[in-house]
Amino acid sequence: MDGLELLIAASLNAGTALAIAGIGLLINERAGILNLGAEGMMLVAAIAGFATAVHTGSPWLAFVVGMLAGAALSACFGVLVIWLNTNQVATGLALSIFGGGFSAFVGIPYVQEKLGEQTQFQIPLLADIPFFGPALFRQHPMVYIAIALVAALAWFLYCTRAGLVLRAIGESPESAHALGYPVRRIRLMAVLAGGAMCGLAGAYISVIYTPLWVEGMIAGKGWIALALTTFATWRPARVLLGAYLFGGVTMLQFYLQGRGVHVPSQFLSMLPYLSTVVVLVLISRNAAWIRANMPASLGKSFFPGS
Amino acid sequence: MLRLETRPQPSKVMSMASPLIALAVTVLIGVVLFWILGKDPLRGLQMFFYEPMKNVYGLAELSVKATPLILIALGLAVCYRSNVWNIGAEGQYIFGALGGGWVAMQAGPGTEWMGHAYVIPILLAGVLGGMFWAAIVALLRDRFSANEILVSLMLVYVADLLLGWLVNGPWQDPNGHNFPQTINFLAQTKLPRLIPGLRAHIGLLVALVAVGCFWVFLFRTYRGFALQVGGLAPAAARYAGFSARSALWVGLLISGGMAGLAGALEAAGPLGQLTPYVPAGYGFAAIIVAYVGRLHPVGIVFSGFLMSLFYIGGELAQSRLGLPKALTGVFQGLLLFTLLACDTLIFYRVRWRSSAAPQGASRVTAVVASTAAKEA
Repeated sequence: MDGLELLIAASLNAGTALAIAGIGLLINERAGILNLGAEGMMLVAAIAGFATAVHTGSPWLAFVVGMLAGAALSACFGVLVIWLNTNQVATGLALSIFGGGFSAFVGIPYVQEKLGEQTQFQIPLLADIPFFGPALFRQHPMVYIAIALVAALAWFLYCTRAGLVLRAIGESPESAHALGYPVRRIRLMAVLAGGAMCGLAGAYISVIYTPLWVEGMIAGKGWIALALTTFATWRPARVLLGAYLFGGVTMLQFYLQGRGVHVPSQFLSMLPYLSTVVVLVLISRNAAWIRANMPASLGKSFFPGS
Repeated sequence: MLRLETRPQPSKVMSMASPLIALAVTVLIGVVLFWILGKDPLRGLQMFFYEPMKNVYGLAELSVKATPLILIALGLAVCYRSNVWNIGAEGQYIFGALGGGWVAMQAGPGTEWMGHAYVIPILLAGVLGGMFWAAIVALLRDRFSANEILVSLMLVYVADLLLGWLVNGPWQDPNGHNFPQTINFLAQTKLPRLIPGLRAHIGLLVALVAVGCFWVFLFRTYRGFALQVGGLAPAAARYAGFSARSALWVGLLISGGMAGLAGALEAAGPLGQLTPYVPAGYGFAAIIVAYVGRLHPVGIVFSGFLMSLFYIGGELAQSRLGLPKALTGVFQGLLLFTLLACDTLIFYRVRWRSSAAPQGASRVTAVVASTAAKEA
């Protein structure tokens, strides 16, 4: 990789998966549910999607299967934390550990598999603009769909009644319950939606972004997506911005290596993780600001009747 | 319909029985899984629960794997009891191996006078390495209130890459045919073995002594008590003047130090050199060990050996039945999942009730009790 326009293009591509997973987790967290199982759901969805793509050749079908896989896993998580009131942190961790093991287990036959040649997408006319064309308009459609999803989520949260109810549940499940909203059912729907989005992100990574299957290939992107929601102070548009930023950091290592920068590759590979830490520190140091933005019931279980 | 009814008090019996029920459910799922894979379920169970324990050699191997799991889980138990979520023990384990490994590489003709006592500085360096890596998490949490879950996890990846750089770069064995590995540590640095011919090493004794120390610390010291109150009832702890900051630091330093100790033991024991394969997932598996052991030092000994069975069973299933080793991870995750579900039975009992039945006054007390119980 050489030119700046290619760096931008690659960053958008890398950021897309983070953005999709990030807004999925945002839906969860807006309803007061912290799902630390993102990494596990993405891994399982990645192998489910990849296997579908290998057998059918259809990336779109792969996305659907990935979403179903993510939603199915999140349903297990949801029933546990919402109805059985288990600790959200521990249950999410269990999901991540299980997802890691399970995906490695079912993925073994697919380690050497390759997907067919991908068609190059481009938007007519716009793609021919110098610099901006290659940078912005020659992406996989999912890159643009992700932007649309973010816009749709923002509209849903702030302009619809259902979005208001969702946010109300995240702030105070007791009040929402008193008003007669089925808190647990809505929370479950939020968890399912979040799982489906994480699944979509996982399938995008294994089918389009990489595209191959390796054990543990999500490599912390689920955790980075979790950090993104804090970074974005729980606002959809900022999730997108953060995702592109992290996409850029991920791609920077290849860019710098291409430029012949003599830093051991391991240090460049650390960049996304280190920058996540740095960003968390920068955002979190104003504790009052975080408290003001964080859904008040985040991570707390709700037992109707209390 | 089935409904959950809150118990007036958390059930002590269930808190003991829950891990056993969870294990039974996991085994049941395992049987189904073997059956789906077209393997004889009995043979599968035999690999996991009989073969590893059938002779002294097997038991020794079991203890080799259980040692790091128990050590790390002990530290994590303290951490989780005080409601500090360190999930990056794997990274602290790597740093312990780096610290211990570095000291081991300094051994030479000048240190021969120390004999096998040389392992003491190795282990100390491991503890310090793990503590250092965890201290970063504590510092960022304390000074900038950065979420310790995410920071500790991110640092696992950083530690892993750092190890990769060291064994490919400055620490690489010059005579190692360019393999990513350090020199083989000198004999002097090797952990003394318990019984000649078996791989079981003094780490097991260290772990058992640690179990005693942690029991005393948690249940017989003021600081241990303060830590637990902080985790169970933060408001009460504040009122009592127990510092949440010191709980954070103590929890992270102890768990980091223990993970580091495990890393150094592993480097100076079974591994004998550093390679990119130092991290074996013990740091994550120890989270499950801590939970299945009820965050109790004695329980952790049992769950540590159980998890070690899963590891060795997975290896045997691979070599003898041609099943992938990843099966271990599946069972580990399943066990934690089912355990958390079964733990519901500690706080609630399942009642069969027609939906028309009136909701009695017991509900009200139940809710109060449940809020108190959930705080735990």
